[in-house]
Amino acid sequence: MIYLTLAIEFFKIGLFSIGGGMATLPFLMDLTTRYDWYTASELANMVAISESTPGPVGINMATYAGYNAAGVPGAIVATLSLTAPALIIIVLIAKFLENFSENPTVKAVFYGIRPTVAALIGYAVWELLKIAIVYTTGGVTHVDYTSAVICLGAFLLLQVKQLKKLHPLVWIAAGAVIGILFKM
Amino acid sequence: MMNIRKLGELYVSFFKIGGLTFGGGLAMLPMLQREIVTDRRWCTEEEILDMYAIGQCTPGIIAVNTATYVGYKQAGFIGGVFGTLGLVSPSILIICLVASILQNFIHMPVVIHALAGIRVIVCSLMLNTVFTMAKKGIVDKLGGVLFAGGFILACFTPVPTAMIIVLAGITGVIAKKFGRREDA
Repeated sequence: MIYLTLAIEFFKIGLFSIGGGMATLPFLMDLTTRYDWYTASELANMVAISESTPGPVGINMATYAGYNAAGVPGAIVATLSLTAPALIIIVLIAKFLENFSENPTVKAVFYGIRPTVAALIGYAVWELLKIAIVYTTGGVTHVDYTSAVICLGAFLLLQVKQLKKLHPLVWIAAGAVIGILFKM
Repeated sequence: MMNIRKLGELYVSFFKIGGLTFGGGLAMLPMLQREIVTDRRWCTEEEILDMYAIGQCTPGIIAVNTATYVGYKQAGFIGGVFGTLGLVSPSILIICLVASILQNFIHMPVVIHALAGIRVIVCSLMLNTVFTMAKKGIVDKLGGVLFAGGFILACFTPVPTAMIIVLAGITGVIAKKFGRREDA
């Protein structure tokens, strides 16, 4: 049953995505290879919409993935399953553990996990890049240089201090305009 | 009943926070401070900041962890449930609405071009996130090794994402134990 599969998959994501909403991205990318709920290309749209609407990005992405998989009930099941592990863990921490984040073992675990989470998101971005920039027409694969230049240009602009503060919504809107102008 | 009123208040407060902030995580902090600390007086500023520290090193979405914690402190486990439900409700409503509207327009050329442009910009935004996270997460040589190793495992091997996270945590603990012996 799809709801049970959704519940199990998103509970797992909730349990293992550590360090904020974007940490769920590699798991969502993983799902594209195992289920036909949404394609990797649709995942890119989901990221854009989740960043441009209110609410935590991780929740928005889970809702969207669940909606694509099984409509509104799917959205509800995916979102609630994603939050369930946190609910249990936080209540346990609040009840039993003082100074949880100061515990040396906890610190050691996260010393190892932090760079790895960055790498895993890097992997998901790599997959997204392949979709956004590499095209296959008639069995021939080629790189779309316009897209590659725009991607690199936007990344470099993001390193400028004043531009960094702009809301992602502004960047995404700019992306839409560029896409229409260049007929991408 | 007093308790039911409290649960209602928790739901409404976190509904407001979920519906009026973009991005989750740190972007949510000012709204949390006003609603939870200043208006409702449910916890202190320090507790919110502690919660963020715990959120960094527990699974799940940071905003959900905070909603659970505040709800739990106010009305026990069921309070945690209501805080979380309030937080995710706007996301479910908004995302399902946007997704169903988008389905009707997704075949129009202008929408196709816009989404193609957006996908490229999403890559730039995500690359920037990876860059920032890597800068913060990689504090020494081992961090660099973990970053490279995690990326290679995710891209070129079928090792599940969750397993990579677990391996990274174990590596962190072993490295810290070993490192301390070296210091002494």
